Amino acid sequence: MADFLNTGLGIGLTIAAQGLMVIAFVMISLLFLVYGDRKIWAAVQMRKGPNVVGAFGLLQTVADALKYVVKEIVVPAGADKPVFFLAPMISFVMAMVAWAVIPFSDRLVLADLNVAILYVFAISSLEVYGVIMGGWASNSKYPFLGSLRSAAQMISYEVSIGLIIIGVILSTGSLNFGDIVAAQDGRFGLFSWYWLPHLPMVVLFFVSALAETNRPPFDLPEAESELVAGYQVEYSSTPFLLFMAGEYIAIFLMCALMSLLFFGGWLSPIPGLPDGALWMVAKMAVFFFLFAMVKAIVPRYRYDQLMRLGWKVFLPLSLIWVVVVAFFAQFELFGGAYARWTVGG
Amino acid sequence: MSVADIAFYCFATVAVASGLFVVLARNPVHSVLWLILAFFSSAGLFVLLGAEFVAMLLVIVYVGAVAVLFLFVVMMLDVDFSELKAHMASYFPLAGLIGAVFLAQLVMVFGVWRSADGVIELRAAPMPEGQTNTGALGGLIYDDYIHLFQVAGLILLVAMIGAIVLTLRHRPDIKRQDVLAQMYRDPAKAMELKDVKPGQGL
Repeated sequence: MADFLNTGLGIGLTIAAQGLMVIAFVMISLLFLVYGDRKIWAAVQMRKGPNVVGAFGLLQTVADALKYVVKEIVVPAGADKPVFFLAPMISFVMAMVAWAVIPFSDRLVLADLNVAILYVFAISSLEVYGVIMGGWASNSKYPFLGSLRSAAQMISYEVSIGLIIIGVILSTGSLNFGDIVAAQDGRFGLFSWYWLPHLPMVVLFFVSALAETNRPPFDLPEAESELVAGYQVEYSSTPFLLFMAGEYIAIFLMCALMSLLFFGGWLSPIPGLPDGALWMVAKMAVFFFLFAMVKAIVPRYRYDQLMRLGWKVFLPLSLIWVVVVAFFAQFELFGGAYARWTVGG
Repeated sequence: MSVADIAFYCFATVAVASGLFVVLARNPVHSVLWLILAFFSSAGLFVLLGAEFVAMLLVIVYVGAVAVLFLFVVMMLDVDFSELKAHMASYFPLAGLIGAVFLAQLVMVFGVWRSADGVIELRAAPMPEGQTNTGALGGLIYDDYIHLFQVAGLILLVAMIGAIVLTLRHRPDIKRQDVLAQMYRDPAKAMELKDVKPGQGL
């Protein structure tokens, strides 16, 4: 058995199996994330939410997914067929492949790249193509307007996300998620994590993540009140399901990034308790709860306000923060809180 | 053939083929999409070379930002393709001339290409021992060539300001938003509640 695993085929099969495990984890959590999202939303609005299929409506998402798959695929007249079907696939696949480098504990990671964080950033910047291509290929006005909006919106907020990430990289001295989490391992438990020294950036990252994934209050590409459903208008059946799934997976990825970059990943918040993948999953669940609460509570932004916030508030703030962190790290101020390599982190 | 060889031939074939389709595609939006595929496979080639940092930058900068802007512009162009195609024959001599000049330049450059001593050994191990290529690149840019790097940054800044100055036009005839005034507006002053009796009006 051990001999077989060291041959080319054995290694290939092992990688495939590990990849399938990550996909299975993401897909199964997706089922319950959509359910949880709807339940939280309903609770805030004092409704019951899904409660018919399965116990407490837990299987509602399964029923919905099944319903999407068996519906008819409608292709609008004059649509660019190859691009029309390529768009939802790109949207889903790009959201999925980013999970290849997300570690769940110091040993549970599919691909331990030394540029992992750049990889995630690169892949998440590709997600915009699903939206643009879908909007253009539909050959319809509302989808096109939606895709133009989203192209501008996602690029704007990517810039500030990139700068926020640079602050964390500067403090760690590495682009690897394992190193970033290891640098947050300190004597003070949760007070050693990056959220404390990088507190302003946690807020900025959270808001930028909302805008980057087109979540409310920044869901202008699909604003129902003005664009019907934006780039998704002409999509039905499985292609629509792929768009929806891709969106939720991207949101879940942002939860994982929040947890890894600022909240210590798999580290336990209290010194003495064992670290592990459970902490990571718990933190991701907490951030998803926050995302869902924002969706339920905050009204949608106007488009010009969104652009002003991105370029005139977030960009200068994150740029200043990069300079500040670089200064703190170079001179090892605050006991090396911004230069973790000096304190053995 | 090792896995790396197979991967190389896959990426190289896709890069060349998609480069060809950029030129051959009838629809300009398709051209841009093929261009994106070409960028992407070049990034794959960089990964195979062991230059993963450059590969990621290629994807982030070119695919994630530059090509999105291309797509943004090309999608909104209202071009009549049949009319463009009709005039194609008349452009051939000029296009051929430009192509010939480029080819001659390439031949002149690569005809006298001579690598310095010691490059052959360096090619086998581009990074110093025990260093990642991100670290090696950082050392090169920020330690060895910091001044050239700063000058490059300055040139880009000048180009950016130039582009803004060239395109920025202040139009006096449009109404502008005053964001501060909007934010500091007081609901108590802006609204007045009136108790209207039925059938009376104000």
